[in-house]
Amino acid sequence: MAQITFVTKNKEEKVLEGTSGSLMKLATQNGVKGIEGECGGVCSCATCHVHVPEEHQAKTGEASEIENDLLELSDNVQDNSRLCCQLQITEDLDGLVVHVAN
Amino acid sequence: MSENNSKGKICVIIGASQAGVTCAFALRSEGWEGEIILYDSDPMLPYYRPPLSKAILTKTENIEENTLKPLSLYETENISLRLGSKVDYINREKSSIELQDGHSQTYDKLVLAIGSRPIIPGIKGINEAKNIYTLRTAEDAGQISRALDSCVKKRVLIIGGGYVGLETAASLHKIGAKVTVLERESRVLARVTAPEMSQYFEDLHSENGVHIITNKNVISFEPQPDYTKIICDDGTLYNADIIIIGVGVFVNKELAENAALEVDNGIKVNEYTQTSDPDIYAVGDCTNHFNPHYKKHIRLESIQNANDQAKVCASSICGNPQAYNTLPWFWSDQFDVKLQMVGLYKGYNEIIVRHENGEKHKFSVWYFNGDTLLAVDAVNNTKAYVMGTKFIKGANKVNKRNLIDPSIDFKPANLLANNV
Repeated sequence: MAQITFVTKNKEEKVLEGTSGSLMKLATQNGVKGIEGECGGVCSCATCHVHVPEEHQAKTGEASEIENDLLELSDNVQDNSRLCCQLQITEDLDGLVVHVAN
Repeated sequence: MSENNSKGKICVIIGASQAGVTCAFALRSEGWEGEIILYDSDPMLPYYRPPLSKAILTKTENIEENTLKPLSLYETENISLRLGSKVDYINREKSSIELQDGHSQTYDKLVLAIGSRPIIPGIKGINEAKNIYTLRTAEDAGQISRALDSCVKKRVLIIGGGYVGLETAASLHKIGAKVTVLERESRVLARVTAPEMSQYFEDLHSENGVHIITNKNVISFEPQPDYTKIICDDGTLYNADIIIIGVGVFVNKELAENAALEVDNGIKVNEYTQTSDPDIYAVGDCTNHFNPHYKKHIRLESIQNANDQAKVCASSICGNPQAYNTLPWFWSDQFDVKLQMVGLYKGYNEIIVRHENGEKHKFSVWYFNGDTLLAVDAVNNTKAYVMGTKFIKGANKVNKRNLIDPSIDFKPANLLANNV
């Protein structure tokens, strides 16, 4: 079980708990605004863009090449941008906070 | 949101799949305060369809993981779901819809998100053949899985080499079926891509053990006690335990036609997704709409179009009209290959295939009409997909000589024509 906090553009915090699947699915299943996941999580659409604060980056690791390429199609790309369909929930992510980018 | 005086009003949406559900939630975020009622004949909580031919069929995911929204969100957003409810016709004079069960429901705004359904070809013996399926709904995927589970020989014959047919072939092969695809045309994906891409996918399937045979026109099914004989017009014969039909879709246009809305290869809508009746909108697969990038009327079967039109529709209904102006994009996953496509390739007169360092399964196909880049198909090459998207959106000219040369670094600065 991992507790994950999504902070939306309007500063609304949503604390969710998940055991498996991707962060994107956790977000869309709980109505987190700004996470759409149009391609269903196959890294094809860039509509699940989040920023990972520096102190949490060790938990999430680095984006893959495909993910970095695809991120270029999204707005508000920063060094700490990730597509959260590529982040699989494990206990290691417990306590993670991400900021929805758009 | 602009003034929409939506309090006390009713927006009825027919069709609770990608377009309908997206539209319902977008209406709420755009500020619609009245009722929202979503109808669908499918009794299941609305789900995401693309995995049906992929992760659902291979059983790596189940349908519950692929619901579009959990039931609780419909409740929170006060969206009424009327599932398993079939709409018979639209009464425009009364502004109501009439349901098969005899009920009726009035509307102030009506959205048709009624999609399409698989074509069932009039092949002799099709009604008598056992274990014959299409793949459009969760129920279809479940039936195919159950049939395969209870079958020893697992000989699957797929009629039609389009994306659904090929994805289904790859998925069923992955879980142990012996798959043959029969395509009537001389190549697979004939209706949706160029010969170069067709060839690649035919090779990919062959390499992975799926038998693809083109120029095969099935003319009859002969049911045997525990399998079916499939006969083609050239006399060839195949035996299969399970048959899947994937020969394309019909638009569900009857509701619109019977209501005398304008229909021509789909329900005609303007850039605000409005039909010929200003209180009736249509979104998704069922619409014939104008695409400003390509300056033509098109009908698209895609998630992108379903989502984007749904949002345009919601903002129009809420009095904040935004014209539809999105570049089409698509994807397909087969075996370990990720195909990403952007733009519409039809009308091209030149193709450039860019290979990356001799990697067989990483390349991109660039479609041009003269100097205009129309579309890009990228195979395991997201970089190409992203650059293609940007170039098409920016109407950029591409340096074709650099594009075709794999020794030149694949980055925008090298590929834009004004940077020669």
